[in-house]
Amino acid sequence: MLPAAIQAMAEQFARVGNPSSLHAAGRESRRVVEESRETIAAAVGAGPNEVIFTGGGTESDNLAVKGIYWSRRDADLRRRRIIASAVEHHAVLDCLEWLGKHEDADVTCLPVDALGRIHPAELRAAIEEAPEDVALVSVMWANNEVGTVQPIRELAAVAHEYDIPFHTDAVQAVGVLPVDFTASGVDALTLTGHKLGGPVGAGVLLLGRDVACTPVLHGGGQERDVRSGTLDTPAIAGLAVAVAGAVGDRSARSARLAGLRDGLVRGVVQRVPDAVLNGDPGDQYLDGGPTRLPGNAHLSFPGCEGDALLMLLDARGVECSTGSACSAGVSQPSHVLLAMGASVDRARGSLRFALGHPSTDADVAHLLDVIAPVVDRARRAGMAGTRRESVSVREHTTGADRSEAGGPAR
Amino acid sequence: MSGGVDSAVAAARAVDAGHEVTGVHLALSPAPASLRQGARGCCTLEDARDARRAADVLGIPFYVWDFHERFADDVVDDFVSEYAAGRTPNPCLRCNEKIKFAAVLDRAVALGFDAVVTGHHARLSDGVLRRSVDSGKDQSYVLAVLTPEQLALAVFPLGESTKAEVRWEASTRGLAVADKPDSHDVCFIADGDTRGFLARRLGERPGDLVDAESGAVVGRHGGAFGFTVGQRRGLRIGHPAVDGKPRYVLSISPATSIVTVGPAPMLDVTAVHAGPPVWTNGAPVLPFEGTAQLRAHGAVSGARAHLVRGRLVVELQEAQRGIAPGQAVVLYAGDRVVGSATIESTG
Repeated sequence: MLPAAIQAMAEQFARVGNPSSLHAAGRESRRVVEESRETIAAAVGAGPNEVIFTGGGTESDNLAVKGIYWSRRDADLRRRRIIASAVEHHAVLDCLEWLGKHEDADVTCLPVDALGRIHPAELRAAIEEAPEDVALVSVMWANNEVGTVQPIRELAAVAHEYDIPFHTDAVQAVGVLPVDFTASGVDALTLTGHKLGGPVGAGVLLLGRDVACTPVLHGGGQERDVRSGTLDTPAIAGLAVAVAGAVGDRSARSARLAGLRDGLVRGVVQRVPDAVLNGDPGDQYLDGGPTRLPGNAHLSFPGCEGDALLMLLDARGVECSTGSACSAGVSQPSHVLLAMGASVDRARGSLRFALGHPSTDADVAHLLDVIAPVVDRARRAGMAGTRRESVSVREHTTGADRSEAGGPAR
Repeated sequence: MSGGVDSAVAAARAVDAGHEVTGVHLALSPAPASLRQGARGCCTLEDARDARRAADVLGIPFYVWDFHERFADDVVDDFVSEYAAGRTPNPCLRCNEKIKFAAVLDRAVALGFDAVVTGHHARLSDGVLRRSVDSGKDQSYVLAVLTPEQLALAVFPLGESTKAEVRWEASTRGLAVADKPDSHDVCFIADGDTRGFLARRLGERPGDLVDAESGAVVGRHGGAFGFTVGQRRGLRIGHPAVDGKPRYVLSISPATSIVTVGPAPMLDVTAVHAGPPVWTNGAPVLPFEGTAQLRAHGAVSGARAHLVRGRLVVELQEAQRGIAPGQAVVLYAGDRVVGSATIESTG
């Protein structure tokens, strides 16, 4: 977390007072909440009334997708179709699956190109199948796995031609890309604290003033009657400081991260020549920002298993991830890479390196020192555990031939 | 690390011994259940959490390795096809042979590890595999399929301890799994209904129950795969036998779907013909004189073994019952495991 955000939270922890209370202490908390709301609104180009505080990105996505779906469907029962990209975060994808199972929703999946990008023509074609059926469109601002930035302004404009509300999960974008709620034209936007130096468990749904959204949580109606629950004043104060800070020094920080990222990618490809960068290379501009998240480097290492790479790097002090982990800790091949046309093996052999404000040149240099031998070892370990790999070999060899059957001797 | 007490303590002892230890939990199901049901199942998310929690207490890195496809191919499919062929497989033994000390071991060695440590109750030193000091928990039978090369890269830190000592040690180490129940039954059949599981995989294959003495058809069944040699319950024989004594499954013929039943004495086996042996520490002097065990936790008999055209033939001093093709015959010299082979027929 940003030190200033920690400080802001610490100050509020000492305070008593529910911001919804009418007494003096409540009013003081209320003031902090409302100033935070104004700070966040100003930082992302929204009006204060459009800021709805939530418990984080997952809640914001659930509220937007389910809430807007319910409201639109209830206003016109034909509207049961939700159009979303194939590369959404699970916080959106699993909402769609649930709505399909329990609320009679139909989901139209927008394909992506090999870089992971959605084309406005695809959205138009999907809407044109039956424009009157569409409840909403949801497309993430930038992909969390491969870093590709989507043409959100253009996509929202297409949806608006048909008066269809447009939600975007901008969790990865706020603070590193130029995000302006009003200028983008979107109707709902998800952001969260812990991706930009703020607290975990604090998020916002930006919701246009005239966008109908049925609540998911019912209760006191604290947030515009769309979201209930006692407001968490310390978290909101910390979130506001983090958003303002991240947006304020966005240009300089993004440029520094992009420099580090490019050095990382270049260095890895030099040392592991068949490593492949996934997603947009990030050398173009889109709506005033880069076409790839500046802190994202996502690479495939052919012949390696991502799990093995992760373990070997972890043991050498490099912390990275294999994409989408499931709750048992077993990594599934990434739905994002598969949607981009990657093979299952390539998807399994991929790693995401995420750079943030604490990342340094020394971190990248350390990775470059260890990556070649790590990849070499992981490659020799092969894809053990996948189906019928060395079984047929093993059946015809004795244990003494192990080094040839299953992997090399040390 | 299965999430049970044995592997948690084995890991702790490996750490104490000064090794650089990494915890690995095997995901063996494509869609693990959230919660464990009774003593069954061994790769639920709850078990994975228990294993991770133990690794956290020990301060070691922990990863889940996904071997569910290999497990499906080498253990589950083998289990089904063995039953379909009228044999009685031991999936734990197959898992040790093909997964834990083959696929997992290969991967570990390739990744730079020196050995695989497990919580099996057996002793292993200088290449010699022996029974656990806890005869009630001894697992040497399901390890007897391992070759010297596999055993050279295996470590079993629990063999000198009883289960009670292991549980006590877990509690003194602050491992929350100290009182976790032992797992039983086939881990991949969560409801314990082996017959139902096989019926779903193989479909109904009706056939006759035939009395071995009279040759009469004494009942019908839905599939020969649902029976095991020595089985008494669930035969649903319409007419009691002439002598009024209970009937047992004597043999299973998958080709004809005929299940032969007979009185207990006809179950007696005094010789087994098995496949090519695996010697855990090199071939013994043949013929071999020692003891044989023919089932996990089964009785032990004096035995004399020799090879006929590369296949193991074992003569038993005391007749054994309920011995089925597919099971392993394991030879011991005292508490030392000499080798094993898969039973092909009995006599």
